[in-house]
Amino acid sequence: MTRKRRRLYMVLAGMATLGVAAALILTAFQDNIVLFCSPSDIQSKASCAKRDIRLGGLVEEESVTRDADGITISFRVTDLSNSVPVTYKGILPDLFREGQGVVTEGTVNAQGIFVAREVLAKHDETYMPKEVADALKQSGQWRDETEAQ
Amino acid sequence: MILDRFANPARFLRLANAILPWCVGATTIMLAAGLYLGLFVAPPDYQQGDSVRIMYVHVPAAWMAMFVYTNIAIASAVSLIWRHPLADLAANASAPIGAAFTFLALVTGSLWGKPMWGTWWVWDARLTSVLILFFLYLGHMAITSAFDNPARGAKAAAVLALVGFVNVPIIKFSVDWWNTLHQPASVFRMGGPSIHPDMLWPLLAMGLGYTLFYVVLLLLRIKSELIGARLRALDSLRQDAA
Repeated sequence: MTRKRRRLYMVLAGMATLGVAAALILTAFQDNIVLFCSPSDIQSKASCAKRDIRLGGLVEEESVTRDADGITISFRVTDLSNSVPVTYKGILPDLFREGQGVVTEGTVNAQGIFVAREVLAKHDETYMPKEVADALKQSGQWRDETEAQ
Repeated sequence: MILDRFANPARFLRLANAILPWCVGATTIMLAAGLYLGLFVAPPDYQQGDSVRIMYVHVPAAWMAMFVYTNIAIASAVSLIWRHPLADLAANASAPIGAAFTFLALVTGSLWGKPMWGTWWVWDARLTSVLILFFLYLGHMAITSAFDNPARGAKAAAVLALVGFVNVPIIKFSVDWWNTLHQPASVFRMGGPSIHPDMLWPLLAMGLGYTLFYVVLLLLRIKSELIGARLRALDSLRQDAA
């Protein structure tokens, strides 16, 4: 075996070992790397059964209500199998609307309502001009974020 | 091996000088066309409106951040295994360029995140892994110049580059493996791009423009390094003669 060939095998073996080590570490920390818990995760995952978490999902259709004070907003975050009631006092991002993905940070209160300190909007990977979106909706070919999940 | 043909610095300089003007011209045209198409011609997004135009600066910068690091990793492997004389030069010349692209991706991403997501920064898997990439670039540059003997610095940096390469697939697939605030891939994804052609073409033009810009900077940096080495050699010859 020439020295070049030996060095080649050493580099390949080193990279393979590193790759396996990285995969093992990432798998072990799987639950810590996720940014948020879905409403179902809160019931099923130990790492999500804390008081102080980030809750993520879609804003349930027809669930958004504004209180009389004008700044407190209530809605439900759903993953289409379970949903959690959320209240939030403050300014919402522009993309916030029913059916939109959101990530909220806060705590669950005694009544089982998630009191959010922060609400962030999440959008998907689809980009198109408004006219195209309107045309798709009109022809009934629109795939909503809610249906895509 | 085909790489051996470029091992001769004089031959490399001749080739670089021949293609540099073409690359400069193509870079100027592509970046001008891409910016014009992206900022003025492409339609606003149905959700994000005109804010979507940050994409034409942000996304190609992020592509380059990963592409340049991949090049550094390949050059490092070539340097460690085959001791190719230009490989270390290419790796060391690429690092600051890649760091600049990564910085640009982080800053424009932050500027885009505030109006769309509602935050400048969030510690999700995509954003964090790109920040790590930025630190890997800085570490590579620091290690390269940390030794009195440049050859040892290059070797240590090459090992770092190969170890850090593990991060590149993590960046790419972070949005698929874990839930993140950052969106999944729009262009290089299974099932084809999920971005309208009117917005995709300006984006690809910018991507090509960024790539050409990288080639120009890389050739210039390798060239000046080779000329510098020649000057130092002449200088020591003159001192020997005196």
